[in-house]
Amino acid sequence: MKMLEAKELKKSFGGNEVLKNISFEVNKGDVLAIIGPSGSGKSTLLRCITQLERIDSGEIVICGDTLVKTDAFGKAVYADKKQCAAISRHLGLVFQNFNLFPHFSVLRNITEAQRKVLGRSKDSSEEIARKLLKKMGLADKAHSYPCELSGGQQQRVSIARALALSPEVLLFDEPTSALDPELTGEILRVIRGLASEKMTMIVVTHEMLFAESVADRVIFMDNGNIIENGTPEEVFKKSTNERTKAFLSKY
Amino acid sequence: MTIQNIVTQLGGGMLKTILLFFSTLVIALPLGLLVSFARMSKVTFISKKFKPVRLLAQIYISIMRGTPLMLQIMVVYFGPYYLFGMKISSSYQIYAAIIAFAINYAAYFAEIYRGGIESMPQGQYEAAKILGFTKAQTFFRIILPQVMKRILPSITNEVITLVKDTSLAFVIAYAEMFTMAKRIAAKETSMIPFVAAGIFYYVFNLIVAVVMNRIEKSMDYYK
Ligand SMILES: Nc1ncnc2c1ncn2[C@@H]1O[C@H](COP(=O)(O)OP(=O)(O)OP(=O)(O)O)[C@@H](O)[C@H]1O
Ligand SMILES: [Mg+2]
Repeated sequence: MKMLEAKELKKSFGGNEVLKNISFEVNKGDVLAIIGPSGSGKSTLLRCITQLERIDSGEIVICGDTLVKTDAFGKAVYADKKQCAAISRHLGLVFQNFNLFPHFSVLRNITEAQRKVLGRSKDSSEEIARKLLKKMGLADKAHSYPCELSGGQQQRVSIARALALSPEVLLFDEPTSALDPELTGEILRVIRGLASEKMTMIVVTHEMLFAESVADRVIFMDNGNIIENGTPEEVFKKSTNERTKAFLSKY
Repeated sequence: MTIQNIVTQLGGGMLKTILLFFSTLVIALPLGLLVSFARMSKVTFISKKFKPVRLLAQIYISIMRGTPLMLQIMVVYFGPYYLFGMKISSSYQIYAAIIAFAINYAAYFAEIYRGGIESMPQGQYEAAKILGFTKAQTFFRIILPQVMKRILPSITNEVITLVKDTSLAFVIAYAEMFTMAKRIAAKETSMIPFVAAGIFYYVFNLIVAVVMNRIEKSMDYYK
């Protein structure tokens, strides 16, 4: 089953064409790793899928619901506001720099959207939050504030915050890039654990070993284009493309 | 005039000063937020560059900050008579003072709010959007509480200035502390009413400083 279909996505900032012609799919339970040099458009791609940016043309279908398609004049036409909001409920996004709410306790960071967006009760949202915190190894941090946690702990809270809304696809934009090297392991372990539970995920990462060992599919992006789209084996071991080889040789 | 008489008269002035102070804050703090929204408005008209709401707010703020408060108080008080020939009764004094102070302070507060709101990292809005919060929920639950913490020191400065500015209401003979002190001092040819007034303003501001400090401390639990 297809959880995400992107067809011929194009996106420019001013005159700068950042996504040139992006098409790919993600199947249920798959982990897709997106790799590529800085400025190749990886973040922009995730931001277009999660509606933080709007595409200029192309088509995005999420869990069978069409978010945007292109009309006869080549212009992107989005679903109505309500439908867009409903579609974004299928997705969760974990940011590079966490973006936790600093004035809320860890627990409230995880319960607030459950209560105000999904309308869950205080008790059930706290129960869900505590279960997730336990899973993240942070059971004792429920009443701490984000500023009292290490970067790795903050990132685990932000993963719990995203999971609390039961997304069908979880997207990560370089979840370990803001962390000290010794803290990246704990985040990668969490993602690995989610992968073993068959969570559908799209992970933008610079951790090549991680991408190779966890991903089912790997996309290599360069300069707004998808250069490679294949299994880790195909991309990391068998690629004959010069740009891919040049990029991978740096790791 | 007996001592008791002087004390009652000054006491009356004191209450009026306190009334003007709190009324100004109660109106100007929310009004300032509205003005800051107008100041940041993205509404355009005819051309993409022309933002009428923003322009109006800019003009309003610039006049309020660019002209003396004393003059503004007089315009609000005497305006209805000079402009429309309306008869002004002395019961209008308190309203005129409150209106003038509120619209003046709202302009200063608006700029403080704007600075605070614009300093918020974009990531907070983006995280809220991804989680599905509405725009209103995002602003009132996530953005505004953090803005309040950031701008509290600037608000404290304005509030302390406000305590002292209330004395400007003497220009329309609103019988607040300073007006009363002046009157009694002239009548009794004595410095004591002025000294009493000075002590009052000083103690008032001391209390303001302590209260604002408490509020700041209560927000210290996060960075
Ligand atoms: N809001 C924006 N306005 C203008 N240009 C933008 C904007 N966001 C991104 N860009 C440009 O788009 C290009 C792609 O940026 P993007 O952040 O998607 O790259 P990336 O692959 O995520 O890079 P990195 O590995 O450094 O995170 C860059 O040239 C960037 O300058
Ligand atoms: Mg990026």
